[in-house]
Amino acid sequence: MPTSPLIACHDCDLVQQEVPLPVGGVATCVRCGAPLYRSSRFGKSYTLALCFTAAILFVIANLYPIIGIESQGNRHQSTLFGAVQTLWQDDMALMAGLVFVTILLVPAVELALLIWLHLTKHLTSGLAPIALRLIVAMQPWRMVEVFMLGLLVSVVKLSHLAHIVPGIALWCFAALLPLFALLNTAFNPRDLWAAMPLKQ
Amino acid sequence: MHPHTAAALGLYACHTCALVSRPQAAEEVAHCPRCGSALHQRKPESISRTWALLITAYILIIPANILPIMETGSLFGSQRDTILSGVIYLWTSGSWALALLVFFASIVVPLAKLVALTYLLHSVQRQSSQNPERRTRLYHLLKFIGRWSMLDIYVVTLLVALVQLQSLATIKAAPGAVAFGAVVVITMFASMTFDPRMIWDSIKEKNDRSSR
Ligand SMILES: [Zn+2]
Ligand SMILES: [Zn+2]
Repeated sequence: MPTSPLIACHDCDLVQQEVPLPVGGVATCVRCGAPLYRSSRFGKSYTLALCFTAAILFVIANLYPIIGIESQGNRHQSTLFGAVQTLWQDDMALMAGLVFVTILLVPAVELALLIWLHLTKHLTSGLAPIALRLIVAMQPWRMVEVFMLGLLVSVVKLSHLAHIVPGIALWCFAALLPLFALLNTAFNPRDLWAAMPLKQ
Repeated sequence: MHPHTAAALGLYACHTCALVSRPQAAEEVAHCPRCGSALHQRKPESISRTWALLITAYILIIPANILPIMETGSLFGSQRDTILSGVIYLWTSGSWALALLVFFASIVVPLAKLVALTYLLHSVQRQSSQNPERRTRLYHLLKFIGRWSMLDIYVVTLLVALVQLQSLATIKAAPGAVAFGAVVVITMFASMTFDPRMIWDSIKEKNDRSSR
């Protein structure tokens, strides 16, 4: 017997009655003060537009080199996947895997699933909860913004060694930062869960 | 335990979709009627699993800081860099802001995260009733900052990929980087297996904000 208007705090487990929220509002726990749920300021089409823009930039970011370096007439540049491959060939499989998963695989799968979930009218199908579960589980492992910071540190370190040539992918990753930040606020899993039926 | 917690009321709150439900008695392991996730009132074996991950991370953080994370080979010989020497290089070359950033992300945050999780686990095990709100906030801070430690992994990756010029130098990743990556991932798992509701399980009702 599911009791949907109730919510239990993730942090202190107190059961409370859900209350309707104003647009953009956040409900907090009366016991511990942690945020319980929020109501998104943005609609489905806005989220979808963000996802598409991010997906296009993400594809371009992976097709073109991120940065190149030039020294004494020699030039070397690398794409993100090229960087993963170099690690792999250097017998650094664990590191290669870590970078591949956090910068390539997770954002790609997440964007694909988000687009599918927002396009499909079949939130009632059995696949929708699986897709959303996967998105929620993957989110801590998407590290595009950390990667950007790493890019900045690398550029500074390399600038002492050689001449740096920024690649197209660098600008794409830079543009993906605010997009993912917007997506984090626009995408509210609770709205999608609410549209999914109970099995019993 | 507070009488109006889901656990005290015999209710299950889904960790994935937040649905509160009362499971059928027939089920051996309850599953969420909406998203199908396995339901637990508290994360299973939270204390022992978090301890196991923490101890592993404590062991790995030593090679992560002592072993070189990358090796630069050039015409003038080879050079090995640890996490700390990378910070010092940034500092001496004049990039103080970045040096501080890397110092925090790679050295302070992983260690602080281990110490803070140890403190949280210990406080839960001795059923402390002090500052539950502050401990909950600490837990959220840990979850938020942990990922930024991955910074050095990406720096090494990019340097290795780019510096492959025979005329200049060749950079290779070294075992320290693997140990460091493992520390970051393992501490992230440790903060995920820790259940913040345990902090509140030993709090009496009178300490609550609602009845103050
Ligand atoms: Zn609470
Ligand atoms: Zn659920």
